[in-house]
Amino acid sequence: MMENSIAWILLFPLFGAVLSSLLGMANRKVCWPIGVLSALGAFVAGIMTLIRVIDSPDHMVVYLFGGWTLDSFPRGVGIEFRADLLAILITLIVLGVGLCVAIYSKLPVKEETPGKEHFFYPLFLLQITGLAGICLTGDAFNLYVLIEVAALTGYGLIAMGSKRAAAATFNYVILGTIGASLYLLGVGYLYIKTGTLNMVGINEFIGATEGLKESSTMQVAFVLICLGILIKMAFFPLHAWLPNAYCHAPTATSCLLAPLVTKVMIYVMIRMVLTVFGVDFSFESTLWSSVLPWLVVIAIVSAAVMALAQREIKRMLTYLIVAEVGYMVGGVWIYNYYGMVGSIFHIISDACMTLCLFLGAGLILRKCKTTRFDGLRGLFSKMPLTMTGFFVGGFSIIGLPPTCGFFSKWYLITGAMVAECWEYMVALLFSTMVMVVLFFRLIERIHLAVNESGENLGKGHGDLGLTKEQTRFSEGPLTMLVPLLSAAAVVLAIGIYNQEFVNLIEIFLDPFDLPGEPLIK
Amino acid sequence: MFEDVSIFLNELFLERLNYVIYVVLLLIGLHAMIAKNNFIKKLIGMSIFQTAIILFYVSIGVKEGATIPIYLPEHDPHGEQAYATGGPEALTVEQVTSYANPLPHVLMLTAIVVGVATLGLALALCQKIYQGYGTVEEDELMAKLEKEDASSRKPKTHPAGKSSSKPEVSSRARRSGTNSVGKTTAPQAKKSSGTRKTKAPVKKATRKSDQKKGDSK
Repeated sequence: MMENSIAWILLFPLFGAVLSSLLGMANRKVCWPIGVLSALGAFVAGIMTLIRVIDSPDHMVVYLFGGWTLDSFPRGVGIEFRADLLAILITLIVLGVGLCVAIYSKLPVKEETPGKEHFFYPLFLLQITGLAGICLTGDAFNLYVLIEVAALTGYGLIAMGSKRAAAATFNYVILGTIGASLYLLGVGYLYIKTGTLNMVGINEFIGATEGLKESSTMQVAFVLICLGILIKMAFFPLHAWLPNAYCHAPTATSCLLAPLVTKVMIYVMIRMVLTVFGVDFSFESTLWSSVLPWLVVIAIVSAAVMALAQREIKRMLTYLIVAEVGYMVGGVWIYNYYGMVGSIFHIISDACMTLCLFLGAGLILRKCKTTRFDGLRGLFSKMPLTMTGFFVGGFSIIGLPPTCGFFSKWYLITGAMVAECWEYMVALLFSTMVMVVLFFRLIERIHLAVNESGENLGKGHGDLGLTKEQTRFSEGPLTMLVPLLSAAAVVLAIGIYNQEFVNLIEIFLDPFDLPGEPLIK
Repeated sequence: MFEDVSIFLNELFLERLNYVIYVVLLLIGLHAMIAKNNFIKKLIGMSIFQTAIILFYVSIGVKEGATIPIYLPEHDPHGEQAYATGGPEALTVEQVTSYANPLPHVLMLTAIVVGVATLGLALALCQKIYQGYGTVEEDELMAKLEKEDASSRKPKTHPAGKSSSKPEVSSRARRSGTNSVGKTTAPQAKKSSGTRKTKAPVKKATRKSDQKKGDSK
């Protein structure tokens, strides 16, 4: 069990998917327990792998499928799974979010898509398989296949919603296919030049071969792969598929996809930049590091402004995701040690806080039947626990100190200062202020008795202008509330224990030799 | 100067023609996916796009005069030589060159499977869109979605629940219209009383109207 723990991470959800599909045909009720148990099993296997990775001397666990060896140069055939610290951290986030949403999904799935449990849970578990596989794989083509596994199941999960969701998914299918195909094309160019598909093998070959860094084929490969991934992660001008797809998806689906898909694709970008192409090639042989920070600025500012224009929680949150993607891409491309630490830490914290917000939005939607701002008056006295969880996520997005969002943003801004990339820093601060407006506007709606145009509806202090019936305490069910509160607790815990996470990230980043020495040590 | 051009053209159209074709196909596919209005045409574009990439990969694996990667009889690793030497031996470099690289083809088998899955899923989505909105044209769908948004914004009550109310009425009306057409074209449908049977002529009618649409275009 222990030495195969990487394989178990994938095997649990994979076989859980098969089981829930087969047994679910006979009895819909067994789907949810199977989903939760396989997500739990994968999470335990993930924790075991993390312990092994931390214990091993070079902080790396390699698993070779089918017993192929990789001794030859360039690295030969066979698929390798590599769990270094970055990979296993992101995998654990994927599995943790998966477990949370699996528990949460019991009632939403039953209510929103009745009788479709045996379709939902197999897709749900395969989605987790795909995302965890993307994080762990050490093979460039295998990565493409897993991206498509995650994408195809994602299309299915989103389209399960209303007929409106089908229309939104169609755009997602078209853009997602373009993105994945561009990535595949880039891998083809890499294969022409290096003759291997193993990520470390490609990197070794680039390092060992003279003149490969200047070759135009490599440049084309790099541009195609980056473009493909940028489409997949909904980077601003290429984000058109995201808001509609996540808005109209069923609650449980949007809770799973919104925190994970974009972040995992940012992980893929970091993997490509650091492990596959290498720091020298990515930042110095290409023009991207001079162009992308400005694109990031445009992305962050416009996504923040668009979020400000929304009058509905779920839609607002989707634009927040687009803005956060801008943060992380910027952190990578300012070419700085702190920026990279911030970027990786922000992947972790953003996944947790987005999960918090979407779980909260799902509970609000279930109770109020709407997520529009004007329907939320007096919600705090009605469901205080839900709103507390929701606003912990919100405060983390803003970046208030005890939450993890503060620390990741701190590293990003430090990176921007050390790299003297002022435009990125200004964009970060601007979007922080926009988020303050966004969430405090929500707080105002929920706690105070003001309507859309700012008129006071109550009669003095503490009066919401609502009847007692409308403000009576009625929380959501426990299966939905517990995941939300534990996600909120995790947001706070990651914030309080941020140094532990940053230490792990620093160990991972140590061999890469990024510029920007510590300011204070 | 002319020699250079002729060498370039020679390279472009004789030696690397397959790569030129792949780029052309890729761009045709991309154009269709982005610019076409009809969803089915977009999907045709998607298929062309993916096929272009398959052509690219297969071109990588081509080797002149090479054979499929199955041991040639003269290399004979499992035959009598193997018995004599005590097991299969690795091929020498000269022997290896007579085989084509199988890896790109194997990769493309996977990519074809992925492409088929994507296409199937996208077609199912098209069907769902057609059932919901009665169109697979992007501009018509956008107009309907905007109408739906506007109708959901006006009333103060739950927009999530009501958003679908208005277009559904219109689609129901459309359905009942086609139903009457179906009855006139297929008189035997009058006899059937079950809902399952009455649906059949509706399907026929819509299919016919689809054909007419296609013909008129």
